[in-house]
Amino acid sequence: MKRIAREHPVRNFHQAKWDEPIIFELHKQGERGVEAPQVEPEIEAAVGDGISVIPDSMMRTEPPALPEIGQAKVLRHYLRLSQETMGSDFNVEIGQGTCTMKYIPRVNEMMIRTPKMMDLHPLQHVDDVQGILEVYHRLDLAMREISGLDRFSFQPSSGTQALLTMASIVRAYHESRGEGEQRDEIITTMFSHPSQAATAVVKGYKIITVHPDADGFPDIDQLKRAVSFRTAGLVVANPEDTGIFNPRIREFTDIVHAAGGVCYYDQANANGLLGVTRAKEAGFDMCFFNLHKTFAAPHMCGGPATGALGVTEALAPFLPGPVVSRSGERYELQDPGDLSIGKVRSFHGVAQTVLRSYAWIRSLGAEGLLNVAQVAVLNNNYLYHKILQIPGASAPYIKGNRLEQVRYSWQKMTEDTGVTTEDVTRRMCDFGLHYWTSHHPYVVPQPFTLEPTESYSKEDLDEYIQALAQISKEAYSEPETVKNAPTRSTVHRIDDSSFDDPAKWCITWRTYLKKTASPQE
Amino acid sequence: MAQHKRASSHPYIPNMIPEVQRQMLDEIGVERIEDLYQIIPDELKLKKEMDMPPALSEQELRRHVSRLLNRNESTQDVVSFLGAGCWPHFIPAVCDEINQRSEFVTAYAGEPYEDHGRFQALFEYQSLMAELLDMDVVNVPTFDWAQAASTSLRMAARMNGRTEVLLAGTIDKDKLKIIVNYITPDLSYQLVDFRTESGELDLQDLRNKITSNTAAVYFENPSFFGTIESQGRQIADIVHEVDAVCVVGVDPISLGVLKPPSQYGADIVCGDLQPLGMHMNYGGGQAGFIATRNEEKYVMEYPSRLFGIAPTIVEGEYGFGDVAYERTSFHDREKGKESVGTQTALWGITAGVYLALLGPHGMQELGQTIMQKSQYAAKLLGEIEGMSVRLQSPFFKEFVADFTKTGLTVEEVQKQLRIEGIQGGHDLSADFPELGQSMLLCVTEVHTQEDIELLAAALKRICSRGMKGVEC
Repeated sequence: MKRIAREHPVRNFHQAKWDEPIIFELHKQGERGVEAPQVEPEIEAAVGDGISVIPDSMMRTEPPALPEIGQAKVLRHYLRLSQETMGSDFNVEIGQGTCTMKYIPRVNEMMIRTPKMMDLHPLQHVDDVQGILEVYHRLDLAMREISGLDRFSFQPSSGTQALLTMASIVRAYHESRGEGEQRDEIITTMFSHPSQAATAVVKGYKIITVHPDADGFPDIDQLKRAVSFRTAGLVVANPEDTGIFNPRIREFTDIVHAAGGVCYYDQANANGLLGVTRAKEAGFDMCFFNLHKTFAAPHMCGGPATGALGVTEALAPFLPGPVVSRSGERYELQDPGDLSIGKVRSFHGVAQTVLRSYAWIRSLGAEGLLNVAQVAVLNNNYLYHKILQIPGASAPYIKGNRLEQVRYSWQKMTEDTGVTTEDVTRRMCDFGLHYWTSHHPYVVPQPFTLEPTESYSKEDLDEYIQALAQISKEAYSEPETVKNAPTRSTVHRIDDSSFDDPAKWCITWRTYLKKTASPQE
Repeated sequence: MAQHKRASSHPYIPNMIPEVQRQMLDEIGVERIEDLYQIIPDELKLKKEMDMPPALSEQELRRHVSRLLNRNESTQDVVSFLGAGCWPHFIPAVCDEINQRSEFVTAYAGEPYEDHGRFQALFEYQSLMAELLDMDVVNVPTFDWAQAASTSLRMAARMNGRTEVLLAGTIDKDKLKIIVNYITPDLSYQLVDFRTESGELDLQDLRNKITSNTAAVYFENPSFFGTIESQGRQIADIVHEVDAVCVVGVDPISLGVLKPPSQYGADIVCGDLQPLGMHMNYGGGQAGFIATRNEEKYVMEYPSRLFGIAPTIVEGEYGFGDVAYERTSFHDREKGKESVGTQTALWGITAGVYLALLGPHGMQELGQTIMQKSQYAAKLLGEIEGMSVRLQSPFFKEFVADFTKTGLTVEEVQKQLRIEGIQGGHDLSADFPELGQSMLLCVTEVHTQEDIELLAAALKRICSRGMKGVEC
C-alpha cells in the first residue's frame, strides 16, 4: 500500500459538532434523571408528610418548570457539550496570554478525588483535618520561599478576590494609623489587569493610571507626579501583559514607600520568575499568586480557584481569618485578631486547589521550579522571535527579549488587508487553536497576547506559529477566508446584535421563549 | 525520600532537552537561558536555590499526599450533622462525571467558537436556575453566597444611590464579615432584630430602622438557623414602601417545596449552589448565584458575566455570547461594575447538571424528604430531658438545639459526641449568646433513620450525664 501523505502545513482539524438542542428541548414528561434518597416509612409515620407545617405564604404551589429527562440523555447531552469545549488538555493552549495555561498533571486531579478531601466539612474539629491543614501550612512555607514574604492566606478564591483583599488590607492599614480618610488614591498601570483598578474602586479608592513610556515601561516620571500624601498604595504587575520586566521596580516601590503608601504586587502570573526574582527584594509589602496559573491548578471554565495572598510580617495582622498556623506537631486555625479585615470568602477558600498546587510544587522541587521559569522564558522568546518574522505582525515597545509572554500587534496586517485581530481569533478555531486579543481598552492596536509556558515542546510551538503564518498568508491573499471564519468550528459566525439590546437579549431559555413567541425580525 | 533523578527532561517540561534548548537559543540569538533575564538587575536576582523539600516522582508524590490526607477524618468516616453554610447532600454520579471531564476542567476563557459547549452549558445553568427561582436573569456564578449577597447589595445601592443597607440579625457572622468588608466604605449597615422565640424578623424593628436612605434590606429564607420566614411578603412590602430593594438569600435545595422569593416580592435573589451537586471539599464547593428580573436597570448592574443565546449565520444553529459586556471591568476597568474574573463557573455547570437530573418532581421529593428527616431528628432531640429545640418556627434542613438546661456547654457536648463517632452541629454560643448554649444541627436526605437515632441516643446519654453533673 502507498504511504499515506501526512504533510499538512496546518492541522486538518474539525471541532466536534453535535448540534445539541437546549436541555429543555430534551424534556419528556415522566422521565427522570436520578432518584434522590427516600424517607424511611418509620420517619414518615412519626412526622407525617413533613411539608404541611410550611405556612401557606411560603409553600411552593407550582413545581419549578425544570425538564424531565432520563439519566442517559442528561449524560449524553453534557458529554457532547464537553466535546464542544476546547479544554487546554486538547490543544496547544498558548493563546490565552496572561493566564499561564500550563499542563494540568493528572496525578493531582486524581489525588483530590478522595473522600478524605471531597467530603471534608469546613467546620470540622481541627483534630479531624490535620492532613489538609498541614497541606495549607506546607504550601504557605513554599510560597514564602518563592516570594520572600512572611505569611500566606489561601482564602481569596481568585486573582480578583486577592486584589480586593489587598485593597482591603491597604485601607485597614492606613485606618489603623489614622490616615484612612487622607489616603484615598491607588496608583496602577495601564498594562495591568483591569481587576487591579476595579477592586480598588470597590474599596473606595480613586484610581491613578500610569501609562507606558516609549519603551513600554511604566513611566517613572508619571509615578513621581502621582504620589502624594493622598497615596494609599501602588498595585502593579511585573512583568506586565507585554512581558516587559520593569528593571526599576525597586525605585517604584521606594517612591511609594517614601510617600507612605503600601506596595502590592500582582503576581497572578509569576511563571517566568520562580526562583529568579522575588517580591521581597523588589520592595513589595504584599503579593499574590494565582494557583490556577503559575501553580498548575486547572482553570475549570473559570473557577473555582485560588489567589494565594502573601504579606510581610507587618501586614500579617490584617489578613482575613482564620489563618493556619503550626504549633509543635499540631496545626491550628488562628484568628488574626482585631486588625484583621475579617473575611473575604467563606470558610478556608478552595482547599482542593491548595492541595493541587502543593502537589505540583512537590513534583518539581526548587530546581524544578527554576526550570519551569527558565523554559517558560525560553519558549516565549523563541515564539517571539518567530512571530516577528510573520508578515504583518509586530511587538510594540522595546526590541530586546521579553520574559514569559508578549502582547503583539497585527496593526500592519489590518492596515494592509482589513483583517482584524478578532478575525484571527475566529480563524484560529479552524486549526483547533485558541487565541486571545487583550483586555480593553486596546492600548496596543490589533492586539494578541501569547504565553507559551514551560509545558509545550518546540514542535508544539512550531504548530502554533505555522497557524499564525498561514493566517497572515491568507489575509494578504484571500482575506475573506479569515473574515468569514470559522468554518470548522462547532458554530459559525454569531449574530451578536441582540447582546447589547435590552429588548432583544435573552439570558435564559424562558426569556428566549417569551421574546420569540411571535414571529419577528 | 530520595531526590527524583531525571534523565533529561521533567515530565511536565519537554523543552529541557539540551539539544532542543541549544537550537532554540540559536534561533533567538543568545548564548544561554540566563541571558534572557538580562533585564532583571543583579540586586533583584535570587542568588541562592530556594529552600524546599526535594522533588518527588509521581509514585512518591501519591504516597506522600495519601499519607497526609489519611490524617483527615472525613464526614464519610463518621456521622456528621454539620451544616451552617456548607451541607452534606446526595451527589448524583453524573454530576461528578461531567465536572471531572477534562474538557471542562481545563477550559478557561475561550471564545464562543471553540468553547461553544461551555457557553451552552452555562446558558443552560442560568436557564435551569431561572426556573427554580422563577426569575428571568441568573448570572454565571460568583465565589459564594456571601459574595453574591454583597454584590446584590451593591447592585441595589447603585440603582437607587442610597448608602445604607439593613441585614436580618439572623445572618451567619462569618458571612456578615465578608459582606461588611465588601460594602465598606461606600455603604453602612445595621442589623435588624429577630424574634428569639421564632427566628423571624422583627417587623417593628425593621420599620424603626428603614429610612429613605435604605438602599436594600437583606434577609434569608430559610434563615441561617433553618427557620422558615413566613413574613416574606410583609417584609417586601415594607421595603418597597420606601422604594428600597428587597434582597433575599435562599438555599436553592429548599425550592422544591418552599416558594421562590420572587413570588413574595424579592427584587434580587441570591444564595449558594453547593447543595446542588457539589462535594463539600472543606468549603471549596461553594458558589454564589444572583438572580433578578429581566429589566435593564438590574441587568446593567451585574458585575458578572451573563451568557445569552443568539442566532448564527447558519439557519437552525444556536450561538452564545456575552450580554452587555461593556458593563464589566473586563471592558471598562475601574468604570465597570465592581469586578469580574475567575469565579466558580464549573460549579455552575454542575448545578445545571444536577437540576436537569432531579427535574421538577425530584426537587419536590427531595425538599420533602429533607423536611421529614430533619423534623424527625428535632422530634427525637426535643424529647431528651434538658434539651429543647429553640425557635418555634417551621424549619428546613437545620434547626437549633439548646443545651443550656443540661448544664453542658456545646463544646462539651461536641467533645462527647466525637468520642461516639459523631460530628455534632455547629456551635452557636459565641456568635449568638442570646440563644444560650445552642447548636445548629443539619439533617438532610443523606442521613438515615439509623444515623438520626444514633445521634439521639448519644445525646440522651450525654445530656443525662450532664444533668446529673457527671464530669464529661
